[in-house]
Amino acid sequence: MSDHHIRNVIEASLLAAGKPMSIVEIGELFDEDGRPDKALIQSSLEALANEYEDRGIELRETASGWRIQIRQSYAREVSRLWPERPQKYSRALLETLALIAYRQPITRAEIESVRGVAVNPNIVKTLMEREWIRVVGHRDVPGHPELLGTTRSFLDYFGLRTIDELPPLAEIKQMVDLNPQLTLPVSDANEGSLEPDAITESGEDNERT
Amino acid sequence: MAKPELKLVSTGEDSDASVTAPTQGEMPFALVQGEPVTQLPRDLYIPPQALEVFLEAFEGPLDLLLYLIRRQNLDILDIPLADITKQYMNYIELMQELQLELAGEYMLMAATLAEIKSRMLLPRSGDVISEEADPRADLVRRLQEYERFKQAAESIDQLPREERDTWPASAETDFRRPQSSLPQVALQEMILAFREVVSRAAMFQHHHVQRERLSVRARMTDVLAAVEGGAFLDFMKLFKPEEGRMGVTVTFVAILELMREGLLEIVQTEPYGPLHVRAAQGPHLRLVEGEPSESTTEAIDSTEADQSSEQEKDS
Repeated sequence: MSDHHIRNVIEASLLAAGKPMSIVEIGELFDEDGRPDKALIQSSLEALANEYEDRGIELRETASGWRIQIRQSYAREVSRLWPERPQKYSRALLETLALIAYRQPITRAEIESVRGVAVNPNIVKTLMEREWIRVVGHRDVPGHPELLGTTRSFLDYFGLRTIDELPPLAEIKQMVDLNPQLTLPVSDANEGSLEPDAITESGEDNERT
Repeated sequence: MAKPELKLVSTGEDSDASVTAPTQGEMPFALVQGEPVTQLPRDLYIPPQALEVFLEAFEGPLDLLLYLIRRQNLDILDIPLADITKQYMNYIELMQELQLELAGEYMLMAATLAEIKSRMLLPRSGDVISEEADPRADLVRRLQEYERFKQAAESIDQLPREERDTWPASAETDFRRPQSSLPQVALQEMILAFREVVSRAAMFQHHHVQRERLSVRARMTDVLAAVEGGAFLDFMKLFKPEEGRMGVTVTFVAILELMREGLLEIVQTEPYGPLHVRAAQGPHLRLVEGEPSESTTEAIDSTEADQSSEQEKDS
């Protein structure tokens, strides 16, 4: 079987599938005798990706496999095909998603403790319906809270192959010494030059002790 | 819109409102910055029109706090407690005056700030100071942690994504493949298949150099990820023999647990034929031979099953 044929079968199949296909899935499309090995499929995919170099489409690998997709540089024009604007996700949704993605498996309570606000059930519902997150188990503590994790669809949607390809989290700065001078005024608390009256509104008496 | 604006000014300095002493005036802490900070910067308020959507604008008290710190161009590590508390309380007051529904978390944060502040004002004897943790430490830690994920959320939003930056390309086809339903599988078949994997894994035993903690939970996520999309997957493909006996055991336990929760579906077309796995579709399917054994369930219940505990189950 010629490389040309293999490449065309891959191209046709990816377009027919309209979704990512793994190398194994691609391989299974071929007749068993004369099935190209993984290395050949891999190199054919790369060759195809090169062919698309100057095209409006591109061949990209995501979590579920390879897919043909619209090149990002043409998104502006292509998006005008559809009158409705692409959905914009709220900050709350993105923060919840970020916590699940970076900290999975994670419970709702753990999300709440970082964000300092209750998890909006609608956000979890939306993320579930989008199939970006799923319940991957239950924490073995009282109440057996659900553990949430991201899905392969999430990676596909954001064009990632693995969760490691997420942008790195910012470093936490160490709190060495917040304010060395803090202790200074306390020792002189009864000299009256400071502002103990600011502590309470009715603090005139304390000031003169 | 004019009304809230007037209120903004009036509540800025005069404290006539609440028992929580919203205007704190000067504090020893304010001197730390090098000069006593007695005046509230005037630009710290969100515009009046934004006030009406106050609760929507800020995702919780940490968010508001971060905003206030940012507006002063200050490092989180350096919370000017007097100012921040004052501003925070002003926001709370504004919310009350505009009769916006107050979220409990905002009040809680106000109380926390007040508590930290009062702790800092209390005189401390010299020997205690070294041992006593800075009362702000916990708040700073939470703020930093929250900010990390705020940033992470922004970078996720920047990622090129489907429906906004790209779309899957497809072409029309006329033919559709009919879906055949496959029979269910007995537990013995799985165990036989598993035994085969274990024996293969044994060949890789000597490659073990470093011991790694394996989590059944994490593996469950991996397995679910592997079957994402609904296609059938070869049972054997879920295992990595090079992980050794321990690795494949954890995977197996993860698979059993996923089946117990009805998240996985396993089929076998003919006796002794290959097993295929996929994510459960629709109603939960179960093993023909009933629940997994007791010992399996125990292994799953320890969230982070490490190697040693796994080894016990294994033997």
